[in-house]
Amino acid sequence: MLPEPTLNSYLMLSAVLFAIGTAGVFLRRNIITILLSVEVMLNAVNLTFVAVDRFRGQVDGQIIVFFVITVAAAEAAVGLAIVIALFRHKEMLTPDAFTSLKW
Amino acid sequence: MPLYLIPLLPFAGFLVNAALGRRLPKAVSGLLATSVMAASFGFSAMTVYRLLGLEPVDGVRAISESYYTWIGSGSLSIPLAFRVDPLASVMILIITGIGTLIHLYSTAYMHEESDGEYARYFSYLNLFAAFMLVLVLGASFPVMFIGWEGVGLCSYLLIGFWFTKPTAAEAGKKAFIVNRIGDFGFILGMLALFWAFGTLDFQEVASKVALLPSDPSSLAGATVLTFASLLLFLGATGKSAQLPLYVWLPDAMEGPTPVSALIHAATMVTAGVYMIGRNAVLFGHAPFTLEVVAIVGVVTALFAGTIGLVQNDIKRVLAYSTVSQLGYMFLAMGVGAFAGGIFHLYTHAFFKALLFLGSGAVIHALAGEQDLRNMGGLRKALPITFLTFLIGTIAIAGIPPLAGFFSKDEILWKTWESGHKVLWGVAVVAAFLTATYMFRLLYLTFFGERRHKPDEHHDTHGHGAGHGSHLHDAPPAMAIALIVLAIGSVVAGVVGVPHALGGENRIETFLAPSFRAIGAEPQSELTADPEKVAALEHGSSIELSLMGLSTLVALAGIGLATMIWLKRPAIADAWATRFAGVHRLLLGKYYVDELYNAVIVQPVKRVSQGLLWRGVDAGLIDGTVNGVGLVVRGWSAVLRRLQTGSVRAYAMSFFLGVVAIVGYYLWR
Repeated sequence: MLPEPTLNSYLMLSAVLFAIGTAGVFLRRNIITILLSVEVMLNAVNLTFVAVDRFRGQVDGQIIVFFVITVAAAEAAVGLAIVIALFRHKEMLTPDAFTSLKW
Repeated sequence: MPLYLIPLLPFAGFLVNAALGRRLPKAVSGLLATSVMAASFGFSAMTVYRLLGLEPVDGVRAISESYYTWIGSGSLSIPLAFRVDPLASVMILIITGIGTLIHLYSTAYMHEESDGEYARYFSYLNLFAAFMLVLVLGASFPVMFIGWEGVGLCSYLLIGFWFTKPTAAEAGKKAFIVNRIGDFGFILGMLALFWAFGTLDFQEVASKVALLPSDPSSLAGATVLTFASLLLFLGATGKSAQLPLYVWLPDAMEGPTPVSALIHAATMVTAGVYMIGRNAVLFGHAPFTLEVVAIVGVVTALFAGTIGLVQNDIKRVLAYSTVSQLGYMFLAMGVGAFAGGIFHLYTHAFFKALLFLGSGAVIHALAGEQDLRNMGGLRKALPITFLTFLIGTIAIAGIPPLAGFFSKDEILWKTWESGHKVLWGVAVVAAFLTATYMFRLLYLTFFGERRHKPDEHHDTHGHGAGHGSHLHDAPPAMAIALIVLAIGSVVAGVVGVPHALGGENRIETFLAPSFRAIGAEPQSELTADPEKVAALEHGSSIELSLMGLSTLVALAGIGLATMIWLKRPAIADAWATRFAGVHRLLLGKYYVDELYNAVIVQPVKRVSQGLLWRGVDAGLIDGTVNGVGLVVRGWSAVLRRLQTGSVRAYAMSFFLGVVAIVGYYLWR
């Protein structure tokens, strides 16, 4: 039998997920993967919210999570649309290809 | 009937003509402007009639009306208030009465302008009348100042009425700027009075001043009374064209002739004289200022008279004559003969308006010709103009029993009586000059051979195209104005026939309360004191002989003019070559304009250009602004290297930033 998970275990998991997501954003060279990594980061945060809420017996954080999920869905839609537009433009999906927006 | 109707009527005329004038035919806009003036005259007459029927309160008859508190702040409370007392009543009658005649005259004089221009002219003229009435009706300095500035504005607009002509536009600007210098003094004087007395109402200032002792008659030990009155007098020299600020008035002759008659002879330029009369108590308590006023007045009278002697432009001669006559009025004010000054103001309004309108009729007949050298022999062709002009000339020369004689003599007598014998002497010389240059004008215009060449059109005044070369006398509207003013010039003096000639000098008795503080004892001259009565009788024999002397002086002036310009025109040229230096000096108007240009205008221009523009504006201010821009640009050239365009670099900087901030809070 595994021991009952405590708040700490959830926070650890969340931190690990966030680190994975961050590493993905910095290391992957495909924009779609980067977007997925951002989703992972968001869900790490969601997990923190829910865990802390459960621990303290409140619901505020859970409500925030719903907002985050909704916004993340919208963000994904917009993000993927931008990705498609970018791909049509240069037939490439590495972020380093798109650096023209500067001085 | 409320007082505000008097200025409001011309103002309404201004609004209508300014808004709709373009669409109105000339007959309508001219009739409108003239009839509002006539109505205003009617109201003024009724108001004065009411005033005469009032019982004096504290020795003063006055109708005061306060409409609302215009400025209220702390201890400062300035109601928009009008007051009619004897002094103001004389002024409103002059302004509306002579104003109506000049409006009427203008309907004919300006008839060659287009509809829009015609309406613009009348709207300005109405606006001027409204402001002038506010000036004289105002019960306090600030209300007077509204009118004071307003008439200055209208003067500018009307001098520059033919603004496409560069000289007219320049003259308008000159009048405005020179007046601004005087107004600066007026404002400072006003502030000084408020600082000293906490009120700006004329009556209240007068009551408070009356309680103070008089200032000493020198600058040493002078108090605010002397300084405030000197500053106010500076304002008066600007508006009333006295030395050293008279320079704008001769140039103001660029405006239409009726404007010169109304604004630059009969009414506006007398505002300074009126203002001193209004503050007679204040000026009376500042003997030093009065001395300055008298000296400036008499020097101006002489100075302008000598210039008038040689000028060749018919209107400029009259302009210098106006400056000279205004000098007389200031002389009267300066020797404490306030009633005498206002009396001269009143008679002068008649004959000077008449002379200007007469000269306008001549210019009109000659299709815009203003040069005396091209006139002559017009007596037969322009009989009405000639006769009325002759009356005006005799009146201004001071021949009894015309109006000018009584008022001028009143001033001379009061000057003598107050012990200013030197000033009296100068004033008599100026009177001699007046008679001389006015008759020179008359002879050169109406007598002798006709020197005008009909085929040469000097179309400087918008007259000409329709006129051709035939001479025509004043049309009816102009003739009526001339005749009424000529009658006025003859009979206006009856209100001021001195005691010495068996008259009662009613105008002096009538005006006297206006020159006292309320409740002050009237300084009756005819009290029972037998010594005083004896002195007065003794005085009246001197007065009679002085009167005879000044009449002789006037006749001598006329005689000289007759000898030179009527009988032997060659003498004038001979003298001009013999005294070439003096002649050139006079013809060049003592080169005052050139002097001002060199001493004031050019230095101001140089400082403005070299220091203020190139140095301060372009160097300091622009330099600061451009310098800030350059510094920002330099730094941004460095900083913008951080903006690489790589999304991952940005994300990394976010991340590192968050790590740094969170780390700080965790490990601090």
